[in-house]
Amino acid sequence: MTYELTDDPLVLGGKTFRSRLIVGTGKYSNFAVMREALERSGSQIVTVAVRRVNLSDRSRESLLDFIDTNRFMLLPNTAGCYTADEAVRAANLGREAGLSDWVKLEVIGDERTLFPDTEALLAATRVLVKDGFVVLPYTNDDPIMARKLEDAGATAVMPLGAPIGSGMGIQNPANLRIIMECVSVPVIVDAGVGTASDAAVAMELGCDAVLMNTGIAGATDPVTMAEAMKKAVEAGRLAFKAGRIAKKLYASASSPLEGVSR
Amino acid sequence: MTLVINGETKTCPAVNNINDLILHLGIGPDRVAVEVNGRIAKRRDWESTPVADRDRVEIVQFVGGG
Repeated sequence: MTYELTDDPLVLGGKTFRSRLIVGTGKYSNFAVMREALERSGSQIVTVAVRRVNLSDRSRESLLDFIDTNRFMLLPNTAGCYTADEAVRAANLGREAGLSDWVKLEVIGDERTLFPDTEALLAATRVLVKDGFVVLPYTNDDPIMARKLEDAGATAVMPLGAPIGSGMGIQNPANLRIIMECVSVPVIVDAGVGTASDAAVAMELGCDAVLMNTGIAGATDPVTMAEAMKKAVEAGRLAFKAGRIAKKLYASASSPLEGVSR
Repeated sequence: MTLVINGETKTCPAVNNINDLILHLGIGPDRVAVEVNGRIAKRRDWESTPVADRDRVEIVQFVGGG
């Protein structure tokens, strides 16, 4: 029996999702473009940040006027947090604002690389899991840390493929593969995807989903790139399930060697 | 009364609780979270959570992010 994407939804935190593409809502030139890109991406989960309300200018449009929350699940992040305490506080503010227990947990360790501070990440994961959160931690590509996050109760682990916003693609296929062998929770590549083939590579490796923002929002035409990413994630998943051929050094003819008319 | 709201010192007419403050500021109450002196107030507790002179209030909402 052949494999069908529709028979294989992403199961995350007890919910099922048709789409294995999670997209961010930042960096768009305007909300209308964002809305269209979200639509074309086919995503069902979108990340959002938690920031102070602008008190001096209340006329500005609100992000949530452009997101149909019946169709897209909001996933608040803790971006911009540099300590476990800050991240726990941001997660709680996000829970209160969004009335949902899900959090994309980020604890940043360094401003220039935006690499995670995994020690603080693990500490924050423990606190938030205890508080009943569904924790999706953005982590590095360290399999041991991935296992520790799983042991701490993380719902998935989200290793980077390359630095946030770098668009360098999947720089660490070997580590991602090892991570998938080390944990039983879903593995979601978070960060690094620059174009459709990068997303396909992540999925071909067997990752459960891909999360991206800049790769779509920063494209010249974000709406078209959103569809490209959707198709790449689907194609990558199909290829993974289909089972690729082994790589060989020499040729192997596709046409019969016998019966050649000379 | 004087409050420090989102890091800015603001003078506003006396309000009794978070509900009144949000109303006074003209903020849509949906999808915002409010913290008073470092403690998050659940929406159902806004009415019963007092706001006093010189309190530090944080009001946050969702914005675009990755």
